[in-house]
Amino acid sequence: MTESSSIGAAVRVETKRQPLPPKERLETVFEIRDLDALYGKKAALKGVSFEVYKNLVTAIIGPSGCGKSTFIRCLNRMNDLVPSFRQEGTIRYHGQDIYGRDVDPVAVRRTIGMVFQRPNPFPKSIYDNVAWGLKVLGMKDGLKDRVEKALTQAALWDEVKDRLKSNAMGLSGGQQQRLCIARAIAVEPDVVLMDEPASALDPIATQKIEELMHNLKSEYTFVIVTHNMQQAARVADTTAFFSISTGDEGHRYGELIEYDATEKIFTDPSDKRTEDYVTGRFG
Amino acid sequence: MSATDLSVFGRPNDRLRRRRMVNLGVELIAWLAAATGVAILGILVGYVAHQGAGHLNLDLFTKPQVPYATTAVSNGLANAFVGSLVIVGISTAMALPFGILVAIYVTEFAPPPIKGPVNLVLDVLAGIPAIVVGIFVYGLIEVGHGQSALAGSFALAVIMLPFVARSTTEILTLVPTSMREAGLGLGAPRWRTTLGVVLPHATGGIVTGAVLAVARVAGETAPLLILTSIGVSQSVAWNPLHALQTVPVTILQLSESPLPSDHSLAWAGAFVLIVFILALSLTARYFAARSKRKLAGSR
Repeated sequence: MTESSSIGAAVRVETKRQPLPPKERLETVFEIRDLDALYGKKAALKGVSFEVYKNLVTAIIGPSGCGKSTFIRCLNRMNDLVPSFRQEGTIRYHGQDIYGRDVDPVAVRRTIGMVFQRPNPFPKSIYDNVAWGLKVLGMKDGLKDRVEKALTQAALWDEVKDRLKSNAMGLSGGQQQRLCIARAIAVEPDVVLMDEPASALDPIATQKIEELMHNLKSEYTFVIVTHNMQQAARVADTTAFFSISTGDEGHRYGELIEYDATEKIFTDPSDKRTEDYVTGRFG
Repeated sequence: MSATDLSVFGRPNDRLRRRRMVNLGVELIAWLAAATGVAILGILVGYVAHQGAGHLNLDLFTKPQVPYATTAVSNGLANAFVGSLVIVGISTAMALPFGILVAIYVTEFAPPPIKGPVNLVLDVLAGIPAIVVGIFVYGLIEVGHGQSALAGSFALAVIMLPFVARSTTEILTLVPTSMREAGLGLGAPRWRTTLGVVLPHATGGIVTGAVLAVARVAGETAPLLILTSIGVSQSVAWNPLHALQTVPVTILQLSESPLPSDHSLAWAGAFVLIVFILALSLTARYFAARSKRKLAGSR
């Protein structure tokens, strides 16, 4: 970062981020090409194309209504649950089209886990919350150890190890969200999608979640939607900026404006709209 | 301006006074309506208990009914209680799983164009008079075979089914989408998510609905009169393949008897039926409250 950069000063935040390795050393996890996402006839997203790389944290930022959540929910076919949803274009996961004819959405979600905006633990015990997914997926060997490992990775073990049998609904919001992360990583997915995981949490809980993402990215690939630009600047290696555009007939849809290394997005963006957003001039 | 001076709000005037009077009047009428509702139940239960007092003893539950007993002693309704228990038990066993499965299909699997019609059909089924269900089951099962408690159970199950299905549908609809997403997001198939996440989340509500449905059919008389009322055993019998005596039918028959002691027995039976239904309603409330507490995360 150069001192002369006026934008850099606006979002100077501490980060543990390493410099991005050269592109040829990065392994592509998702290759998104010309993705349109539609609810009924209304397009929520148009023409999104970019790549998500392995063992990096990729942040999706942008103003409300720009289709961030719609986008991330396309990556593990969560939108299939919405009856009116339709998508065009392709999303390739390690080369395979996840919306391909013979692809089972259950298998997609098994490989590509998800943590949601609001903590949604099951109304079961803390232990059962993590163990349920393992049991369902047949990962029953060493169940206890797996639960402990997941809770440890999610930085929750020390807080709950003495009350694993108590109801998860009794945990605080931040603990519940870390439990949801533990639940998601317990089944050993390849990718973890996070849809504004800290939007309902206080700064301390947020920090814990950011730290655990940083610690876990050697094992997983993270894609995180966030409203919070400082958060993107702190945790993400690459950042995609989405914004709202207005079509010819006056209807609004989300589109990808710029995708690059986080450093670049926040200090030297190529697009004026990105610059306006990251410097707080809009959004 | 002193602290007690309220002139800032304006002086009371006729308009305000009239509004107060109207408010008071409406409140009074509403209070009276509520009090009447409570009083009716109280008077009804009290009156039934009073009329049946002569038979409200242990014999009522342990001794079968003696036809035309001229004295009130050692006459009971044990056979009717057992018969009702068997019939309601079997009908619950039939209607409960069936109704829950219908609800699961409607909320979890049915595409939107199918949901509406299925719910409509269930509502229509719930509105069919019990006597019509009785005649239908009579034509379907009993013609040529004679009466049986099983046929009565089947009729009650037909009456219960839409209640169970609709109440369960309502409850499953209340399970937050985030719960389904949590299950599916882990890579669990839909049916596992339904069984392991959605149903446990709704257990309290499902039990509540089921208990109320049982209460609904426990006092049902019309179909039983057609299906299981003639040649019933006068001793305690459990075999559902034969006609069994039931509480509502017995109350009807005893009320037509010329003997005052039979009338008293009928009142006693009615009292037990009311208490049973009240107890079921309270149980339903208990389950509803418990599941609410559980979901709210009490420690």
